[in-house]
Amino acid sequence: MAASRSTAKSTETSAATSAIPPTSPRALVLGGNRIPFARAGGKYAHASNQDMLTAALDGLVARYGLQGERIGEVAAGAVLKHSRDFNLTREVVLGSALSPETPAYDLQQACATGLETVVSLSNKIRLGQIESAVAGGVDTTSDAPIAVSEGLRRALLDLSRAKTVGQKLAAAAKIRPKDLAPATPRTSEPRTGLSMGEHQALTTAQWGITREAQDEVAFASHQRLAAAWDAGFFDDLVTPYRGQSVDGNLRADTSLEKLAKLKPTFGLTLDTPPTMTAGNSTPLTDGASTVLLGNDAWADEHGLTPLAVVVDAEAGAVDFVHGVDGLLMAPAFAVPRLLARNGLTLADFDYVEIHEAFAATVLTTLAAWESEEFGKERLGLAGAFGTVDRNRLNVHGSSLAAGHPFAATGGRIVATISKELHARKAAEGRPVRALVSVCAAGGLGLTAILEAA
Amino acid sequence: MGDTYLNLVNSGVTAKIAKQLGLPQPAPLRRYRPGAPLLGGPALVVGTGADADGVAALLSRTWDVEVHRHATPELRYAAVVLVLTQVSHPDELSAPVLAAAGVLRSLSRGGRVVTLSREATADDAPAVAAARQGVDGLLRSLAKELRGGSTGNGIVMAGDVAADAPSVVGALRFFLSTRSAFVDGQLLTVSSGAGTLPETWERPLEGRVAVVTGAARGIGESIADTLARDGATVVAVDMPSAGEQLTRVANRVRGTALQLDVTADDAGTRILEHALARHGRLDIVVHNAGITRDKLLANMSPDKWDSVLAVNIAAQLRINEALLTSGDFTDAPRIVSLASTSGIAGNRGQTNYAASKGGVIGMVRATAPLLEAFGGTANAVAPGFIETEMTARIPAVTRQVARRLNSLQQGGQPVDVAEAVAFLASPAAGGVVGRVLRVCGQNMVGQ
Repeated sequence: MAASRSTAKSTETSAATSAIPPTSPRALVLGGNRIPFARAGGKYAHASNQDMLTAALDGLVARYGLQGERIGEVAAGAVLKHSRDFNLTREVVLGSALSPETPAYDLQQACATGLETVVSLSNKIRLGQIESAVAGGVDTTSDAPIAVSEGLRRALLDLSRAKTVGQKLAAAAKIRPKDLAPATPRTSEPRTGLSMGEHQALTTAQWGITREAQDEVAFASHQRLAAAWDAGFFDDLVTPYRGQSVDGNLRADTSLEKLAKLKPTFGLTLDTPPTMTAGNSTPLTDGASTVLLGNDAWADEHGLTPLAVVVDAEAGAVDFVHGVDGLLMAPAFAVPRLLARNGLTLADFDYVEIHEAFAATVLTTLAAWESEEFGKERLGLAGAFGTVDRNRLNVHGSSLAAGHPFAATGGRIVATISKELHARKAAEGRPVRALVSVCAAGGLGLTAILEAA
Repeated sequence: MGDTYLNLVNSGVTAKIAKQLGLPQPAPLRRYRPGAPLLGGPALVVGTGADADGVAALLSRTWDVEVHRHATPELRYAAVVLVLTQVSHPDELSAPVLAAAGVLRSLSRGGRVVTLSREATADDAPAVAAARQGVDGLLRSLAKELRGGSTGNGIVMAGDVAADAPSVVGALRFFLSTRSAFVDGQLLTVSSGAGTLPETWERPLEGRVAVVTGAARGIGESIADTLARDGATVVAVDMPSAGEQLTRVANRVRGTALQLDVTADDAGTRILEHALARHGRLDIVVHNAGITRDKLLANMSPDKWDSVLAVNIAAQLRINEALLTSGDFTDAPRIVSLASTSGIAGNRGQTNYAASKGGVIGMVRATAPLLEAFGGTANAVAPGFIETEMTARIPAVTRQVARRLNSLQQGGQPVDVAEAVAFLASPAAGGVVGRVLRVCGQNMVGQ
């Protein structure tokens, strides 16, 4: 009798815990928190990646009352990372108010890191592997790792392996004065040696993007971000940190005239006149962001209002080394594939978030989508892919104004636009969609569709 | 926020010198720790009649205190409860008061004297009113005579409120306990038999959801800690710019942080929506957020006047209005608002602040009746000199003088204010309505 009961029970259990749920749960954005972004060398000059990500995570925990909570999984990353931070996210969780039994992993996909943590954790939620998650990213250029030169590194390793005095002296003798200069991290592409700005300058020239158009994008970014701050939009998205309570790069008082006065900084050696300045390029920035994700049941249990559904995502990459496409053009290809798979066109989106690595990145992407030639020859479409209504583009500003702590940008965009989606749906009572696009080093790009929950 | 003088007069050689010079001798006050016994020694219950018998039974049977009805000479009493509810002529004060007087010299350090009496009204016979009002003067003077961190406070029962009414019992426990360490020379009136006794005195706020404004630091932070310690789920509210400190408080008390400017038009709705969505209810609102912009009135700028009134009183009125009309603030709700001794006695350079804090006193008095139908209350706590970041900025000499200007000869701690707030927010305090409880160590100014 006892045996048969136990058999019945075990059958039941195995059916109930089957890995793939019968109907896939929705992956929901439930909220977010970031610290204000600061210009490199500013208020976070002495904060580490771990410090900043912990602050962002603790702020999220406080906002949503998650103290001691065992979250399904936390994933985050940093682009510029000390080797000692090999387990950065787990260390952050251990230092946070979350349960120490919350698992975590690090992830790195250049500037797409933040968005990729959202995408991969959402996939786990949709598979039923986890019910809740925190996605995040952090970067500091102020507290960047400094490595020793290759010569010094090899000599030091030899020295550590040396056993006899003779071997030790021989190893030490290999060190040359020039080896003592530290190797600072660079954002240049390993395969071309060109900085990201120089790469974008090539693409900017290729697509004939004007200085005026770029300055207009930068101006709009500052205007819109300033308006959002003034309206208190970020009251439940940002927690101050180390005396920084607003994004440090924001210049609410900038004007097209001021932007026009700045000297070009990239593309100075090209045949075409240089157009990219410090004003229409993102500055080096320190900051961290987090996004709270979960399924409907978990949201309900915790009294949290779902803001947006993570619908789908598509990564892309371009052969910028040998091909004709610019380093940051991958989203121009990824978005058409993503929209085709979902049966949508650009016109179906109420919001389009294109990360402003440079104003020209946004403009070259839009230009490619508007080009008949690009549409036919590169995308294999009947004509141009489509046009983005500028009133729907980066409505609360983007990286040009907020700054761009590489891995933290994805979380900033997702949390901001999710709040906006929810508010718009509440106001209009119809489905509302957003397209998110982030370009990244290595010719990478990551794009995603969010829909108001 | 240390008090160097207090430390000096309580240790070694400097203590002797201070005594010989006749300098003030403030005693370190004992603060509440969960799990500690209510009193550190026996209590003397003075008085005859059913009320005195009831109090003696409550102390000995329910609260496990060793109770004496007649003083044992030389015995160190931790508390004296003077039950004077029956007096109908000033002549009748003599016997119980002098009986209590006999043990005052041997009262423990941090001892407690609590009077229980009835409210004197114009409807009373003159002799009855004289006897009852006499208790007021007696208590306030006695409190000024006590030393060693001992305090004297009174409970005044209005109308036909019984001596075993929840709020009388609650107030008695509060005044006897270390929770009232910095409350001295105060008479708290209990207006009705409303309120309920908690299942446990250790966690009287269990299951209640409380919002504390200005919770990022100072007194607000301490209120958040104290309400959470007493069992409440806390929503910690402060300006978005104070978010970093607010996060720390919310995570420590395992509540939620709500970054919000209380002067926003929709502050009340946002507070209520947050509390209902996250915690399912809202029971307690502590209006602690406040600012000072001191200037002599002759030099007052519109900005300084208006901003103080906007934050300290207008915001509270607007939030209360939103809560009261919502229909979701009806389960024995509690509003506790921070007033100030400046609002009672006035303070040079603080016309704007005192106007706002006087306003708070008027507001709770007029708001309490609106809540009475749901078993709700509105009350105020008026702190005196409290050791905070704000008072640490007062010039050193002025600060030293300000500290000594009360019967306990020291500044209070933020937790002292928080304890009074927690008491007024508790279910037992349902019969205390529209009152102001001062936490000032019996400051020399005002009532």
